[in-house]
Amino acid sequence: MAFRLSVKQITLLKVFIHLGALIPLVYTFYLATIDQLGAEPVMALIHFTGIGAFNLLLLSLTVSPTAKWLKQGLLLRVRRLVGLYAFTYALSHFLTYIVFELQLDWALVISEIIKRPYITVGFSAFLILATLTVTSTQAMQRKLKTKWQKLHNWVYVALLLIALHFIWSVKSDIVEPLIYWAMALTLLALRKDKFLLAIKRIKNKRKKTLA
Amino acid sequence: MLIKTPSKSACTENQVTDESVYQQRRQLLKSLGFLGAASLLHTSQASAFSLFGDDEPKKFLTKALNYSPASQYQTTELFTPEEKVITYNNFYEFGANKSDPAQNGQAFKVDPWKLSINGMVEKPITLDYDELYKTVELEERIYRLRCVEAWSMVIPWVGFSLADLIKQAQPLSSAKYLVFETLYDPKQMPGQRSRFAGGGIDYPYVEGLRIDEAMHPLAFLAVGLYGKTLPPQNGAPIRLVVPWKYGFKSIKSITNIRLTDKKPPTTWNLLASNEYGFYANVNPQVDHPRWSQATEKRITSGGLFNTSRIPTQMFNGYDEVAPLYANLDLKKNY
Repeated sequence: MAFRLSVKQITLLKVFIHLGALIPLVYTFYLATIDQLGAEPVMALIHFTGIGAFNLLLLSLTVSPTAKWLKQGLLLRVRRLVGLYAFTYALSHFLTYIVFELQLDWALVISEIIKRPYITVGFSAFLILATLTVTSTQAMQRKLKTKWQKLHNWVYVALLLIALHFIWSVKSDIVEPLIYWAMALTLLALRKDKFLLAIKRIKNKRKKTLA
Repeated sequence: MLIKTPSKSACTENQVTDESVYQQRRQLLKSLGFLGAASLLHTSQASAFSLFGDDEPKKFLTKALNYSPASQYQTTELFTPEEKVITYNNFYEFGANKSDPAQNGQAFKVDPWKLSINGMVEKPITLDYDELYKTVELEERIYRLRCVEAWSMVIPWVGFSLADLIKQAQPLSSAKYLVFETLYDPKQMPGQRSRFAGGGIDYPYVEGLRIDEAMHPLAFLAVGLYGKTLPPQNGAPIRLVVPWKYGFKSIKSITNIRLTDKKPPTTWNLLASNEYGFYANVNPQVDHPRWSQATEKRITSGGLFNTSRIPTQMFNGYDEVAPLYANLDLKKNY
């Protein structure tokens, strides 16, 4: 008899996800407010929340391959939660940047978003994640029907934008960004059938319209 | 003149707490240093029940310096706390993260040391470790340090004018540039051992100044900060401080200064010439391609809610160097 995760175990897993994501976030912000987060708390927070968002996004994208591999369909129920925390960290990252790094100097905020390619890229990814968060409820899923999946496939675009944002932001030490690129590309490679199918469909559509 | 404007009733409190936390931390570090040294003598009780006693990194020992206090180079600005000055460093030879140099540099050996001044000079000089502190009389100067990454500190350095040392070597009239080189010692510097740990830099780190820049009285060779000899992470035993230029010009742990008639290659310029120029003068009007240089974050104490951005000043506020660049397009020669 194969092992199956129970609904109770999934609930327990969700509790762990809540704690595992919230405690470090709150604690790190607390350390920053009492000046115990290194010499430059703002940069430390930006790095922590940025890398945290990336980690959680990668984690959310490992849920469905893992569920398939271990044949644990129920595992899919935690995916939304992990994704929501990826957005929470991304939001903290964005807010830390505009509130503490740029000190709410709105002219500077806007000019940095427009003028600096790596900020533009990061901001675009943030907008995608925000859209996916807003449309993540079951009600929205019902409402959008087939469009919902199409919309949520944008997470792959966000993933690539975030990887680009990361490697673009460093001065010269690209080892860590390259490791993240490798992880991102691995997760995309696990979905190659899905992408090939999508490409095929687009090609077929074109053929039809040509005919 | 820089005055912070935001209202700060809460921040003063933060600073007070902060101060005491720093005291505690320093106390802790001191006791760690004591433990480290004591365990060598096999007399410490603590090391007897500490499983990891031998692994405890021994803190680099700094020594108090004799110097005359700053007279000319004073400031009303808040100093960056010593703890922050010695834990937030760009010194890729010891790792590319800001906290790496303080962590990886503590075993760095600075004595014996050799600093040579050679090339186009009448009298080449070589200073050994003790001579670094004796050849020119030491003085304290409070300088602003503006990093190209748009943060800044206010640091009390101890050292002497670069010009005072260079004059002793009697530069030839044909000498046009100074080339500085950091120690190359992969055994001691993990960043030099691998391209990955060292941020892709081709070591040794090299920097350069035009001779008139180098002879300007503001150009400084520091052997200490906060009254003590430099810790490794800040460029022990001797480093350059060029306060009107971005921090990466202020090369650390110098072993060689060569005078030449050719403009030398410089490390960050070689790595990304579109982002880091030879001159690298602090200039709020010329942005880094990836961020604005118009403002900067001053590193003081008080934590997240005490952060403020202040306007960056031309030449980091050291206007007296402006005549050096009278005929230079500073937008092109960034």
